[in-house]
Amino acid sequence: MAAVFREEAGRLTAALVKRLGDFNLAEECVQDALVSALEHWPREGIPNNPGAWLMTTARRKGIDRLRREKRYQEKLAELEEPAMNTSSATSLPDERLELIFTCCHPALAREAQVALTLRSVAGFTTPEIARAFLVPEATVAQRLVRAKRKIVDARIPFRVPDREALPERIEEVLAVLYLMFNEGYLATGDRGTHDRDLAREAEWLTGLLAELMPDEPEVFGLLALMRFNLARMDARFDKDGAIVLLRDQDRSKWDRRRIDETFTIVGRFLTMRRPGPYQLQALIAGAHADAKTWDATRWPDILISYDALLAIADSPVVRLNRAIALWHVHGAEQAYIEIFRLASDLDRYHLYHATRAELLRALGRSDEARAADRRALELTENPAERALLAARLT
Amino acid sequence: MAKYALLFFNDESFRDRSKDEVDAVYAEVTRWSQDLQGKGVLKGGMELQSKGTAMTVRRVNGAMRVFDGPFIESKEHVGGFAMIEVPDLDEAIRIAKAFPGGIEVRPIVEH
Repeated sequence: MAAVFREEAGRLTAALVKRLGDFNLAEECVQDALVSALEHWPREGIPNNPGAWLMTTARRKGIDRLRREKRYQEKLAELEEPAMNTSSATSLPDERLELIFTCCHPALAREAQVALTLRSVAGFTTPEIARAFLVPEATVAQRLVRAKRKIVDARIPFRVPDREALPERIEEVLAVLYLMFNEGYLATGDRGTHDRDLAREAEWLTGLLAELMPDEPEVFGLLALMRFNLARMDARFDKDGAIVLLRDQDRSKWDRRRIDETFTIVGRFLTMRRPGPYQLQALIAGAHADAKTWDATRWPDILISYDALLAIADSPVVRLNRAIALWHVHGAEQAYIEIFRLASDLDRYHLYHATRAELLRALGRSDEARAADRRALELTENPAERALLAARLT
Repeated sequence: MAKYALLFFNDESFRDRSKDEVDAVYAEVTRWSQDLQGKGVLKGGMELQSKGTAMTVRRVNGAMRVFDGPFIESKEHVGGFAMIEVPDLDEAIRIAKAFPGGIEVRPIVEH
């Protein structure tokens, strides 16, 4: 049922927002319909045309709502219009791209963008969003209310941005999706097995975006990056729930078929010849995924990708990750000199100290290495990471 | 159509720049305003005198008092404002981006 909701909720929301011109109202109609489906479908089975069922229900619930509220009189006409009747075989036009860009508008706060996208495009309920991010339901509800109000009050338009604004706007959408993915990816299984998998939702949304915008290489870049990471998921945690570093992962647990399929996507974006940060990160992830063993990793290729990344998206974290490649190509000393410069920027970042520890160990400075590991442990709350760092200190 | 207030924020150090630099910025702002005026988008606006000329009226302990200085003490302050009328936020943002300086975009309440 989750898969059906995910597919249909987005289309339905988009169609209603377009017709009603009121994000909040459209959203509430869809929610009513989903709640109704949750009541009826387990008993009666999933209908043959779930989209039509949901649309009919949304319309009916919407009409009830509107009758109760005088100010929506003109909207009532929209819903009662026979052309909205989808009992015919034709499906709704896909306006989910407009919906995605609206939910990810830069005028909205990042958490609002994430919550709204999950809700409107992927059909998550408020409790599902709350569980995914481990925040109270009331917080999520408030975020959604504020975001929808802002869309109405500030007149955020329901459309795909024009060509001038498109690159910046796509970047914004990708940032939202990447954040969602990382939230899900770093989860340590605290969430219930019936809870929606945030990483896979983010992957699905990115896949949808790629379908809707097949000429945008950065979208394919992010999709490939996500899929390479997901292909390695089974090897990431050991039986005690501790994180296993890439270097130590059992590569037989990697999904080779998925990795090979993902290289097709890499090929696709390479032919477009418009490099960008997500594509470069995908190439790096691909280089790791391609290596049969840690020792077989082609570090010079990875370093080249990091150098290119630095040229377009320089940041302390990129420099930190590049330093690891530098280590394997030019030695630990040069890598250590490089990360030493990052001290003031990254002092609160646990992975900075964890990386420093590895380099110090490689340089034979084991006491300093232990001190760095301890510092890293102090700075992280994630139980799986703590388990790994604690193990290093014993 | 929707109305937005565009609030221009400056660093006070703007006035310490060379005459040529200041003139260049004013020329750009003038171009920007005239362009909007020509399109019928600009509905009003003013440059405000420098931060040093501001005073604030606030209620303190039940009585209205006057103080020297702007309402909020900060490095950047409002140097002027414009009111525009455009179809939607994306258009307001496009206009704000063309301005040579930082802008706060606020939708106006229509009663």
